[in-house]
Amino acid sequence: MSNNTNTERGRRYLNPYLGGVLLGLVLLATNFISGRGLGASGAVKSVVATTIGAVDKNAINTMPFMAEYAESHSGSPMKSWLVFEMLGVLVGGFISGAMAGRLRLKVEHSPKITSRRRLIFALAGGILFGFGSQLGRGCTSGSALSGMAVLSLGGFITMMAIFGTAFALAYFFRRNWI
Amino acid sequence: MGPLAPNELISENTNFLLAFFIGIAFGWVLESSGFSSSRKLAGVFYGYDTVVLKVFFTAAITAMLGLLFMSLFGWVDLDLIYVNPTYLTSAIVGGVVMGAGFIMGGFCPGTSFCGAAIGKIDAMVFIGGLFLGVYGFAFTYGWWEKMFFARYLGEPKVSESLGLSDGLFGLVLILIALAMFTVAEWAEKKFPREEY
Repeated sequence: MSNNTNTERGRRYLNPYLGGVLLGLVLLATNFISGRGLGASGAVKSVVATTIGAVDKNAINTMPFMAEYAESHSGSPMKSWLVFEMLGVLVGGFISGAMAGRLRLKVEHSPKITSRRRLIFALAGGILFGFGSQLGRGCTSGSALSGMAVLSLGGFITMMAIFGTAFALAYFFRRNWI
Repeated sequence: MGPLAPNELISENTNFLLAFFIGIAFGWVLESSGFSSSRKLAGVFYGYDTVVLKVFFTAAITAMLGLLFMSLFGWVDLDLIYVNPTYLTSAIVGGVVMGAGFIMGGFCPGTSFCGAAIGKIDAMVFIGGLFLGVYGFAFTYGWWEKMFFARYLGEPKVSESLGLSDGLFGLVLILIALAMFTVAEWAEKKFPREEY
């Protein structure tokens, strides 16, 4: 049923199992080439560290969490593997969207809620995810997915905590989605 | 042979360039699978669209099996591959906070960049939130520092922790995934949604 909707809005999405195998091969290639997994939130951290440094050089030294990070990335925090990778994600996502005819500026939300409500929740969700990714040492990509591929116990635990919590809270936010 | 960068078979700058191309492939697969849509992503929590579950577990299993086989063939030295350390408390609490962010925001960090790349304004706002959240954590780090390092277990493998060999654990994970996929296919028929 959903496929009809997809066809109207643009070309259909990949078969999810094929998409999964392709994503797995990308992750495998990443491990083979760079000896590490994929990630996303680390790039956000690099940008935040750089921004703090640019606004006030001394401010970063008052934040041990960021100071330590800046030290471990000699040169610039922007010269990091994850920053280059996430720039690629923007390009790759854009190419896929362009190929499928899905490029369009819009706020996507359930017809039952307003754009404003959607954006407020998107902001709140982003804040929580950003915070949690630092506490949990990585997000769904870096900690859960990449951690699982290398059989990291922490990766499996974080994955279960993320999906378990989202399932447990789904009832309370159902109006936003269904 | 592998991994190439830790074995110094490619330079640091080549590694960064390849990171960019890996990112392109990563972003392409995410967007092509529908991960640029928050309503598709959130669907897994209501059963109307379980693409997240299918893509996520198929990917994890593909990469895990690939690494095990490549190690078996001597193509890659697993000791040189980064294994995420396990700090039990922060892995759980961080995951819980992220899960709340997921159901409220409809994205995770990687997928939000994908959504933003094709013009989703809600994804761009979510990314704005990410910056605030990361800054907020750094700003209040003193409050969480103890929790951040609590219950450090080293870098244990989940297979070791369960007393299984890597191969047997892989098999068990595949069987669990197949069971979840069966439930997912059933749920999509049971809770269909036309408009999203």
